[in-house]
This record gives sequence, C-alpha cells and structure tokens, in this order.
Amino acid sequence: MLEIHSAGENAVMVYLGEGQSPEVSARVQQACKDIEVALGADLIDLVPSYASVLVIYQPLTTDHLSVHSRVRLALIATQSTAPDSGRLVHLPVWYDHESGPDLQSLAETAGLTPEQVIDIHQATEYRVYAIGFAPGFAYLGEVDPRIATPRKTTPRQKVPAGAVAIADAQTAVYPAPSPGGWNLIGLCPQPMFDPNNEPNMPVSVGDRVRFEAVSRQRYLELGGQL
Amino acid sequence: MTGLRVLQPGMLSLLQDGGRFGQHRLGLTCGGPLDLPAQRCANALLHNPLDTTALEISFGGLQLEVLHDTMIAVTGGDSPFTINGAEREIWRSHAVRAGDMLGFGFARRFCRCYLAVAGGFTVTPQFGSTSTVPREGIGGLNGNRLAKNDVLPCVQTAARPCLNLPIEQRPHYSDQIQVRVIPGYQQQQFSRLQQRRFFSARYQVTDRADRMGYRLHGPAISCDIEGILSEGICHGAIQIPADGQPIVLLNDRQTIGGYPKIGSALSLDTALLGQLMPGAEVSFTAVTQYTAHNALHLAASRYSRLQALPCE
Repeated sequence: MLEIHSAGENAVMVYLGEGQSPEVSARVQQACKDIEVALGADLIDLVPSYASVLVIYQPLTTDHLSVHSRVRLALIATQSTAPDSGRLVHLPVWYDHESGPDLQSLAETAGLTPEQVIDIHQATEYRVYAIGFAPGFAYLGEVDPRIATPRKTTPRQKVPAGAVAIADAQTAVYPAPSPGGWNLIGLCPQPMFDPNNEPNMPVSVGDRVRFEAVSRQRYLELGGQL
Repeated sequence: MTGLRVLQPGMLSLLQDGGRFGQHRLGLTCGGPLDLPAQRCANALLHNPLDTTALEISFGGLQLEVLHDTMIAVTGGDSPFTINGAEREIWRSHAVRAGDMLGFGFARRFCRCYLAVAGGFTVTPQFGSTSTVPREGIGGLNGNRLAKNDVLPCVQTAARPCLNLPIEQRPHYSDQIQVRVIPGYQQQQFSRLQQRRFFSARYQVTDRADRMGYRLHGPAISCDIEGILSEGICHGAIQIPADGQPIVLLNDRQTIGGYPKIGSALSLDTALLGQLMPGAEVSFTAVTQYTAHNALHLAASRYSRLQALPCE
C-alpha cells in the first residue's frame, strides 16, 4: 500500500499500510530514510507513526506536486522491505501494588492474578511504533490480548514519571508527570527523555523493547524515585 | 548579563524565536509565536533577522524594568503599552533608557503582543530553538513562562532613530474572521452535509483556547468514524472529536493523535485566530492547495518588502 495525500499547506501524509504490524512499521522506518534523501533541504520534519509518515516541507522552496512525485518515486523502489530488527532495549520495571495502582484491578478484569499479569507483560518483545503525545513518550505494541485493557474512563490528573502503563494493545513508560488515562502497573527507573543527554531517549521508532522485573530495592538503586 | 527585569510576569509571557523544527521524532512540538507575522514585524522594526528571539505576551499584565539602554519594538494585539506609565504607540520602535518601566495592560479583543529588542534576547537554544514550550519544559530561560525577577538578557544599544510600520503593512485583525482551509484527506469520512455545515457555519472561540489549539463552539460536525490509527498532525489541522466541536491545532499541539480531521487551516490565518479571545467568531472557507501555495508566496514577498518609515 502506498497512498500520498495533501495534509495541509506544507504537509503530505503518506500511508504505507493498515493497522499496526512489525512489517508495516518497518516500511515506515525505511520510508523515513528514503524521504529524507529524496527531499533533502526541502524537508522540515517527519512524523513517523504506526502506518504513516507525515512529511512537512519548505513551502517556499518546493511545492506539493514536486513533493508528491519525489516521495512516490522514492517509495516505489522500497515496497517490499523485510522487517528491520531495530535495537533491542531492556527496560527494568518494579511491578507492585505500590508502584502500579491499577495492577490489581487490571488483573481482576482479566481474570488473572497480578503475578500472571506481570509475567505476561514481560513475556512479549514490543516494538516502538511511534513517539509522540509528549517528549519521549514511546507507543509500544502489541500487548498480549489477555492483559490488553481499555483506558480508564476517568483519567488521572497526575501520572508519575516512569509509570509503566497499558491502554488496549499498547504499553508505554510515561517520560514525565502528566495527566493520563492508561492503566498503571509499575515504575521504570530509566529516564525516557533527557534534554541534557545524548541520545535524549533510550529508544527510537523501530527499536524492540523488553521489560524486566526488578525489586523495589533495585528500582531505587537504579535511580528510581518514589 | 543584564537586559530587562521582570517585575510582573503577566498571565503568559514566553520567549519565542521562529519555532523548533526537525524534532518531532523525539515527540517535541514546534512552539514559536502564534502570530508569527506580528513577531516578524517587531524584529523588522529593529533590523533584526526576522526569527530573532522576542517575547510573546499573551493577555497582558506584564511589567518590565529596563536595566540598560536599548531599542525595543512592540507589535500585535491591543494590550495598552506604556513606558513609565504613559501610553505609547505600538507597531513602532522606541529608544528606552536604563530605569524605564515598560507595561502591558490587559488585552481587550486581541490577546498577543510581541516585544522585540535590538539584537534579540540572548538565550541558549535547546534542540535548535529558544522557543518556550512550558508543557515540555523546553526553551526560554528555564523551560517555563516568565516569572517575577527573571532577567531577559539582551545587549546594550545606543539610541537610534525610531521606525514605524505603516498601517497598510500591518496584519488586519478582526474578531470575526474567515479562516482558509485545505479540505483534508479524511474528508471522505465526513458526509457532504457535514462538510457543508462546517464550511457555512459560524463558530465561536471558547475559553478552551490556548497555544496547543483553539477549541470552537458551534454546529456539531458528525464523522463516520470515531478515531483513526494515531498519525502525525500538522500545524493548522482541524480535528473533530466525538462531541463534533472543531479544534484548530496550533504551535504547541501534540505531534501525533487519533481524531479525524476535516481539513487544515492556513498558517497566515491561524496567526489571526491565535489573537482571538473567547466569544470571537470564526468561519471557514475551503481553498485549494494551489491557492494556499500562492498565498504563502505572496506573504513571503510582502515580508521581503516590509518598509518601516522614520517616526515623525
């Protein structure tokens, strides 16, 4: 699938597939590289997501017709990319009732014990599908259907930094305190966004992530905050 | 380093340059002045490069003490601007002396004023830009809005002749605006009836209007789908959430989202929208991509020919 649409005065939206899958995500990754080369200095920014890339271009040095055709030519060549494996990143998580206030209710909804929820959450190797919502907020998929739980009907006013959370088939680590409606099951001590460090994020789109349970004490040793 | 000291920070005063670009992959938004043309005019009045760091003063309430002689220029909305308590004209530059007090009263109809200084505010960029996005804690002096006793650093400049931007070269503000919209690629999700309703109705700015987006109130637009797989959102995108009330997304928007979009507003018009206060009226008119492209080139041409005149 390759669809290119005008999205605004200096933006085109490129769709590369439907739904979330590692294959479509790999095509999104490859498309970003190809579009960067194809547009060069005419490119302002790219927003990769699950199955799409938003391309933002310099409207005074090029135009939508040129961008459409250059993007199309660049992407036709890379229709069948094999899934790029990305880097594998391990993120420690302290799973507990204290660190994950929704662990118990999520387990009850799923008809599982909290221990089973923790095991299932760790058993999946996730893929970073998109980064957005807030700096460093990485959407990871896909959560095992047994523990995939909808957002809470009333969002929390404040979710702490490092909160590990589930919403439907997605899981994520909140990079900074913010309001949020996801189900909280633990805390991760690894900063997900640090403006003063290079790289600013431990993951980028296309990487793979595995969560590993650690104790409360280990969480604190790794710099976790209570 | 000295410059301007903040005596009263006002409701929302933010250092901004032209905006932060190329950082969406970290989830960072653009920031930058909501009324970019006005900030550029302020810089032009001082012969600064157009995207030099200046101050966006939303709703007024700001008071500053000048710590050393410099030149300033003020443009934008209708906060009464005073030097040492006396109201002074905007859309012009002023020579100010150490000890002078600058004041911005509360905005009445148009809520963003821009204050530029000769040479710009000298702030270290983060991720390539000085633009402040408080939600991200990035940019400005410390990632936040101005606070009492902050000092805005700038260079000392000797007085030079003041310039004035003639009225025909200024933006034309109104509290009844028509916003040009490129209909979106998701318009097939909106029936012809819903599209007609959107483009023929009048909407009002609500009190949920901020630098992330302006939420409007008027005839609800229904959409055949409730949500889409999350995807990138461009400046000016008009989202239709479940309640059918449009939201025009602006500089501090989230970078990705999953609401359907009926179209995307031209930046030249979102600059006027960003000046509006609750109750102001907004309607939409559909334009083609070609019209949008031409409008941007015409505006760029106009900026390159801005001609400030010496003050009497």
